[in-house]
Amino acid sequence: MTTIPFKLPFNIKLYRPVKPTGVWDWLTTIDHKKIGVLYGVTAFIMFLTGGVEAMLIRTQLIAPELKIIAPEVYNQLFTMHATTMIFLGVMPLSAAFFNFIIPLQIGARDVAFPRLNAFSYWVFLAGALIMKASWFLGGSPNAGWFGYAPITGATFNPGTGIDFWIVGLQVLGVASLAASFNFIVTIINMRAPGMTLMRLPLFTWMTLLTAILLILAFPVITVALIELMLDRTFDFNFFNTKAGANPILWQHLFWIFGHPEVYILILPAMGIVSEILPTFSRKPIFGYPAMVLAASFIAFMGWLVWSHHMFTTGLGPIANSVFTLTTMLIAVPTGVKMFNWLGTMWGGDIDFKTPTLFAVGFLSMFLIGGISGVMHAFSASDYQQQDTYFIVAHIHYVLFGGAIFGIFAGIYYWFPKITGRMYDEKLGKLNFWIMFIAQNLTFFPMHFVGMQGMPRRIFTYDAEMGWAFWNAFETIAAYAVAFGVLIFVINMIKSWNGGKKAGDDPWDGRTLEWSIPSPPPLYNFRDIPIVKSVDDFWHTKQKSDTKVKSKTKVSDIHLPQPSYWPFLVAVGLTIAGFGIIYNLVLTGIGIGIMLITVCAWSFEPVNEPDSH
Amino acid sequence: MSDETTTGLNHRKLLMWVFLGSDCMFFASLIGTYLIYKGSGVAHPGPADVFDIPTTSVSTFVLLMSSMSMVFSYAYLVRDNIKAFRIWLLSTMIMGSTFIGFQIFEFSEFYFHDHLSPQTNLFGTTFYALTGTHGIHVTIGVIWLGIIFYSSLFRNTVTSKTNLDLDLAALYWHFVDIVWIVIFAVVYLFGTFTGFPAS
Amino acid sequence: MSADIKNQSNHIDESHSHPEPMTYFKVAMALVLLTALEVLVFYFDWLGYGIIPVLAVLSIGKFAIVVMYYMHLKFDSKLFTYVFMAGLILAVVVILWLMALFGWFI
Repeated sequence: MTTIPFKLPFNIKLYRPVKPTGVWDWLTTIDHKKIGVLYGVTAFIMFLTGGVEAMLIRTQLIAPELKIIAPEVYNQLFTMHATTMIFLGVMPLSAAFFNFIIPLQIGARDVAFPRLNAFSYWVFLAGALIMKASWFLGGSPNAGWFGYAPITGATFNPGTGIDFWIVGLQVLGVASLAASFNFIVTIINMRAPGMTLMRLPLFTWMTLLTAILLILAFPVITVALIELMLDRTFDFNFFNTKAGANPILWQHLFWIFGHPEVYILILPAMGIVSEILPTFSRKPIFGYPAMVLAASFIAFMGWLVWSHHMFTTGLGPIANSVFTLTTMLIAVPTGVKMFNWLGTMWGGDIDFKTPTLFAVGFLSMFLIGGISGVMHAFSASDYQQQDTYFIVAHIHYVLFGGAIFGIFAGIYYWFPKITGRMYDEKLGKLNFWIMFIAQNLTFFPMHFVGMQGMPRRIFTYDAEMGWAFWNAFETIAAYAVAFGVLIFVINMIKSWNGGKKAGDDPWDGRTLEWSIPSPPPLYNFRDIPIVKSVDDFWHTKQKSDTKVKSKTKVSDIHLPQPSYWPFLVAVGLTIAGFGIIYNLVLTGIGIGIMLITVCAWSFEPVNEPDSH
Repeated sequence: MSDETTTGLNHRKLLMWVFLGSDCMFFASLIGTYLIYKGSGVAHPGPADVFDIPTTSVSTFVLLMSSMSMVFSYAYLVRDNIKAFRIWLLSTMIMGSTFIGFQIFEFSEFYFHDHLSPQTNLFGTTFYALTGTHGIHVTIGVIWLGIIFYSSLFRNTVTSKTNLDLDLAALYWHFVDIVWIVIFAVVYLFGTFTGFPAS
Repeated sequence: MSADIKNQSNHIDESHSHPEPMTYFKVAMALVLLTALEVLVFYFDWLGYGIIPVLAVLSIGKFAIVVMYYMHLKFDSKLFTYVFMAGLILAVVVILWLMALFGWFI
């Protein structure tokens, strides 16, 4: 490769990396598959830290009036548990799949903006480190993952915990936005010939809708966080009641973001399930157009329901009624999807491998979470349920039983494609059953104690309340969930390098990713496929068994080249972020670094391929 | 090896439009905050005490003309008239900087003369946050145009063949202009209008 | 299909219509005129609340001609229009609804 130097003043020359190896390979990679693995491993480690936070919470609650965890620490634990699981767990785990799988499903060689893709990973890592560092740098945020004003203001929260929360979320927001812009352009603009939007795999559809929700929702929380930061750092008055401000504005802005956010959390898992059930039922998805329409309706309606998180704040009967109506309405398209998933399995030749088990687990658990959701939707009954463990039950059924089960299903489903090896099926089934049974034992009783009035986010409770039995039960069951996750980790470690070789298409799959080797070569597809229908690979297989000889020379395939700049821009952003917490001079330095590195990124020359 | 895209549209241009759609939500949140808090809190200094509509009309005019200048710059680049492209690009940068100058002048008048700071009252908070954020957007735009100008002058890499770079910067520039169109009407004109019946 | 952006088509497709520079100048004059009108009606106290629709029409008009002509949306692919309008309409609807929740319009 002829390397073209990037010319700086004083004749300094910087070269773009050429076939880097080892750490440099990972640091400068722009390959969507490597980036997907980076996201997946990082996010899973974060998921485990969120699990530790949960175990500490449950341990504190195992008996009444315990003081194992001080209340100040308890507040940090539930805040960090939720923030971690949502922003450092579910979202980046989904992003791992977006990265690895989307180009494969649409027949592309990479995403539209490979360096932007790498950038979004490094910025995610920065955000994760900033968030987690708060534990060691003066205390974590302690005001819940939704950070209601005015308790997050400088008066009631003078330390740096909330500042870490604000900066961490802003940085994570940059990562999410960058990734979402990338995927929207990729899915719209890089599909294989013949792949119309209505021939997209459903996982790709859900990713597109998720990305659209994200780029429209995150700006709102960005503004809310900027306003809060200005209040805290510079004494602005956005949430200062003495100046006449209304802290409810924070809640509105947060939930205008927050409600679309929960659909951002669940749509990818729904997409994964929509891939697995047809594959393992050996039937096409029931009602493909209805699935697309239902998901689009959910994405659209998601903007019109936000104040159902605020039913008990005194909005008044008209507002409460309007939001009750819209929230009830949004349950309908989810119901449509449920029926379509069942219709897919009905009459199918079902193979209950681990992905299928997790997918069916998703259906049942998300259904239960959805039912309690409909109960909250009705503002009158929500008056009793709000801020109790009844809501905690709902959250965990939809996010653990729903999103996490969907993600685990995806990990098992695509494990052979990503690693080229099979996971251990026995361990997989054991993992499922332990997690499934334990998660029900942990979260179902929360409906009971919630109905009995046990409040959320309180570090202990009196023995006289009568909640002791179920809390002890839930804690022991939570340990069993952790044990289930341990089985999963063992399976992954054992199988990643030591599993049986998987081959291209171990599941007799339907979509394009199964038509290429496992793991895929750097260029993904030797020949870009020409698509004639939904599940095109499946139909191609039915027509003939013989593999068509490839017409493309691998040496003719041009791929995007690695780059240092995404990582370096992320470093600049991190420094700027720490500056906001500690010293604005650092922010200036960070911005300066970003200015230089962004320019370098734009002007970076492309190395010429070898002419032979 | 083709550079075809599914829609026939350029990736980066599509990205810019998607980004602008997203930026609408960003400014809408700030404008919404401003409007929600309008009339709340300590009344003075308020819009009627500080705004100087004639002066702001001039800066508005300057920003609008900078959009025209931007569009001419692009039109000349596409026709390979590099000299004219550079002149109009420079004039866009000058007009943009003039607008920022007006903003700085206005802010310092409000701060030093009228004693309106972001900390004074809700009006100060929401006004400075909204127009300050807009000003930062304009500044980023001027820097972006400056980088293109530098590339053209010192590296000679800006030609009609590479006009997409300028096209993207122009889209961003016009967006910043249309946000100001909204802010001028909603914050300045609507804010200071004395014709509202006393209620 | 290469994902390498440097190899992508960097020039606009000249086959669709382009406004003449004269059109751009006319748009600029329209912007000046509309702004002047906005400032003019600002001094008409007798309008009362009526100024709101007047300002709305005038500023939306300015917004529209900049977007359609300067940002070229009228002449480009409809996809750009859908993408931008989606963000714009959502922004307007959500903010108006939020304002209503704070007592505006009621």
